[in-house]
Amino acid sequence: MEVFLQQLINGITLGSIYGLIAIGYTMVFGIIGMVNFAHGDVFMVSAFIALIAFLILVSWLSISSIALALFIVLLVAMLFTALVNWVIERVAYRPLRGSFRLAPLISAIGMSIFLSNFVQVAQGPRNKSIPPMVQGEFVLLTKNEFAVTLSYKQLIIWAVTAVLLAAFWYLVAQTKLGRAQRACEQDQKMAALVGVDVDRTISMTFVIAAALAAIAGTMYLMNYGVVSFSDGFVPGVKAFTAAVLGGIGSLPGAVIGGLLIGLIETIWSGYVSIDYKDVAAFSVLAITLIFLPQGLFGRPDVEKV
Amino acid sequence: MARTGNTILRVEHLTMRFGGLVAVDDLSFEAEQGDITALIGPNGAGKTTVFNCITGFYKPSEGRLGLRHGAAKAWAHLEALTDNGERCLTLPDGAVYQLERMPDYLVTQQARVARTFQNIRLFPGMTVLENLLVAQHNRLMLASGYTLLGILGFPSYSIAEKAAIDTARLWLDRVGLLARADDPAGDLPYGAQRRLEIARAMCTEPVLLCLDEPAAGLNPRESAELNELLLAIRAEHGMSILLIEHDMSVVMEISDHVIVLDYGVRIADGVPNEVRNDPKVIAAYLGVADRDVAKIEADVGL
Amino acid sequence: MAPEARSQRVDAARALREAGVTALIAFGLFLPLIGFQTVTDIHNELILQTRWQLLFAITAVVCIGRLAFSLGIEPWLAQRTLRPANATSAPWRSFVGRWFVPFAIGFVIAYPPIVIALNGFSGAVKWIDNFGIQILIYVMLGWGLNIVVGLAGLLDLGYVAFYAVGSYSYALLAKTLGLSFWILLPLAGVLASFWGILLGFPVLRLRGDYLAIVTLAFGEIIRIVLINFVDLTNGYAGISSIPRPTFFGIPFNANEDGFAAVFGLEFSPLYRTIFLYYLILALALLTALATVRLRRLPVGRAWEALREDETACRSLGINTTNTKLTAFAMGAMFAGFAGSFFASRQGFISPESFTFLESATILSIVVLGGMGSQVGVAIAAIVMIGGTEIMRDLDFLKQIFGPTFDPTQYRMLLFGFAMVLIMIWKPRGLIATREPSVFLKERKTIAADLVKEGHG
Repeated sequence: MEVFLQQLINGITLGSIYGLIAIGYTMVFGIIGMVNFAHGDVFMVSAFIALIAFLILVSWLSISSIALALFIVLLVAMLFTALVNWVIERVAYRPLRGSFRLAPLISAIGMSIFLSNFVQVAQGPRNKSIPPMVQGEFVLLTKNEFAVTLSYKQLIIWAVTAVLLAAFWYLVAQTKLGRAQRACEQDQKMAALVGVDVDRTISMTFVIAAALAAIAGTMYLMNYGVVSFSDGFVPGVKAFTAAVLGGIGSLPGAVIGGLLIGLIETIWSGYVSIDYKDVAAFSVLAITLIFLPQGLFGRPDVEKV
Repeated sequence: MARTGNTILRVEHLTMRFGGLVAVDDLSFEAEQGDITALIGPNGAGKTTVFNCITGFYKPSEGRLGLRHGAAKAWAHLEALTDNGERCLTLPDGAVYQLERMPDYLVTQQARVARTFQNIRLFPGMTVLENLLVAQHNRLMLASGYTLLGILGFPSYSIAEKAAIDTARLWLDRVGLLARADDPAGDLPYGAQRRLEIARAMCTEPVLLCLDEPAAGLNPRESAELNELLLAIRAEHGMSILLIEHDMSVVMEISDHVIVLDYGVRIADGVPNEVRNDPKVIAAYLGVADRDVAKIEADVGL
Repeated sequence: MAPEARSQRVDAARALREAGVTALIAFGLFLPLIGFQTVTDIHNELILQTRWQLLFAITAVVCIGRLAFSLGIEPWLAQRTLRPANATSAPWRSFVGRWFVPFAIGFVIAYPPIVIALNGFSGAVKWIDNFGIQILIYVMLGWGLNIVVGLAGLLDLGYVAFYAVGSYSYALLAKTLGLSFWILLPLAGVLASFWGILLGFPVLRLRGDYLAIVTLAFGEIIRIVLINFVDLTNGYAGISSIPRPTFFGIPFNANEDGFAAVFGLEFSPLYRTIFLYYLILALALLTALATVRLRRLPVGRAWEALREDETACRSLGINTTNTKLTAFAMGAMFAGFAGSFFASRQGFISPESFTFLESATILSIVVLGGMGSQVGVAIAAIVMIGGTEIMRDLDFLKQIFGPTFDPTQYRMLLFGFAMVLIMIWKPRGLIATREPSVFLKERKTIAADLVKEGHG
């Protein structure tokens, strides 16, 4: 029971991170119908940016308040990652819009390879670890010398995720940008004809997706304390699995999918086998696509004969 | 051509539901062999849905779709077929099929029902000739020994391919596209693409040809040519044609039998002249004055 | 002022402004990861160092590049679209078109002697092995995947799984049963195509991107299983001491019964390399020949029709599920052949050779070549694989950038960059045309924009 509870806590934490990345996948797929292969590596880049910002604040500027440092790191990571993703969209995807479906896919794969190798070359191939940003935990209950703990950093992750998710939800559901996005998702040409600036809407979508990935990256850094250039691929695929599981195109679906994947992963690792935990994620992906391609909350894709 | 009780297609109590929406409601009609039967009705009446059910693209919610090959007495075996749960019953001088139990490709392959589409579905990146050769796929597959004999260079395939090219040439000549045989199908003008789609359907050697709005987008001259083509196909091959059409010049000119659909319900069934003057049909297409709505609705059964 | 001069002034001003904005963006973009470097110091802690020089250098390069683009390349591109399109039947073009393939085949066959003549025996090994054999493996894989992606239009992102099945089945069967290469080659192909059918069956009703993702998932699952199923596959350590190929029974060693002794030649490791080269060349040509043949058979036409419009295929009585499975199985078979060749050439295989990156590379070769085009795929493989192999060789760059500069680090970086660039330049691939497989009067090439890309 205690193990289960602990895995539950860990799973929700991991799932929050996956959910944030998953929203990026689902938003981009919803609006331009493309699986952004590079999104996982954008997440990795954001973790590195967060790392560097943290190091600057702590070692050079000697900021002692962790809360302030975290806040600034978050902001900086979001800003720079948004810039990165904005450039990527302009350079690698916009010229291919409207062409052949495989071309943006290959371009995205190329961009993914470029990003991970760029970080490898620019920062070195070794793992980068930092002393823990936030320490301490609540002990929820103890039994037989096994303590179920909820660490402060996990709590922070939950809180930050919840607050920022709510903010972006508002952005998408209530504002003009959100409406423009939904219009573009339905029919790009028509949206353009009624005056929606399609280019700008798509750019903003990439910017928002990047900002969310940056939050995920900062949280990831805080949670694990170590990043590496290769951390983009596997979390990226798992987050994509989450997006598919929730129903691609559905924002709440992405969040719930993320939580589910996080829980599946931690519970599998806890009870079955930690080696094959990645297989669990990939298998969920395959099974979902084969039996429930529209996911939990998506709409089935019916082709008109 | 008078109706002789020589039915080739029997649609019985066909119902198609999509969730809460009833697209086709208890539709029954018969199409005679060698007839040109037209299915007409306002947009959204469910005509293409009926086609999709007949050709196996949709599985009907309810109903039976019977098709006959060979001698007319094959129909006597339809009940036996329904009872034993099979898709078809072959007899020495014919066969009877239940189309709603068959997937789309088998409806064409075994039951020999061919169709064209409302939005033309050609293979645009392949040449006109290649389009017609793909239509003869199953025959050619057999001749190539399911590829094995073909890849080893056995002559059975090249002989069959030559025959297939000859068949294609015949049909291209018939629809006037012989000169464009080597052009990509996507390059053809609209009217030519429609004719190519019909030729391609004919290359599958069907017994029933289902055409979904073949005259859509054609100008009056092209519609007249289409009429000639369909009448010629019917005359030379004894082909039974089932037609969805909005263009009344085509429907009235060449149909032997017209069925009118509105909101998924059959509201008229007869020869073109009867149907043309039927007040229910006129109401469905043109609407009625408000005060007459209740009466018409009662008549139609809505 | 004359209008041209005024518009030139305006252009220059606009170009400068654009370059300035680009420089600003580049600066912001590269500031975190280039401006700062995380280094582990002697206390094993992470510290930050700055690299302002590099940052400014890169920003300057981007700025100047943008300026050059605005002033030089953009107007040239605009001019090109205004000029009338070239008549398609320039006489030299058709001459090259007709003779290119025979000439290329001749060159590839004569390649080893040419290389030996130029570099001598010892110098030639690298050229034949790292370039010749490596490129030919990818050409063969590209041609195999071409059947699935290029002809049938099925997006397969997990092709490497079949390559792995071929390699591992060869390795395991050769070591445990001791069968010869010539028996195991077709066996590996059969096993791989069996896997192709097995994997294909549940997924082939998915379309487009979904099919791509699920095949990627399968590819990764197989790789993780290879890593973890240690009892069978030896995990990360891989399988070593795989029997090397023999010249129809005569081994390639320095012994009395070795190849060199039997043929009265002095021993050289080159002989095995040359034999391997011609072996993979034969396998690759077999793949190409099979594809050409299959395109003319009904199954090949059904593949291309499937790519164009699956619904129309079904309406013509074609069982598209079988068609897709056949494409998958055929593609998998050739990957199996290539895999068994790979295992016997290396003598050692491990899961590291079968990553998603490999699948992505092979897919890029197919897409870059131009879907369905044999020649295009070959050229793309030569460019991409040859290009990255040459990167290993650029020692002269050390003289420019300093002795700590390691060009191999930049290999994959440039590879990813090249992928993006080439897609933007030629989204439909190098050979963006389709040749019909049959014609009545004349064979007319079909332009790429008419050919559908397939939705799986």
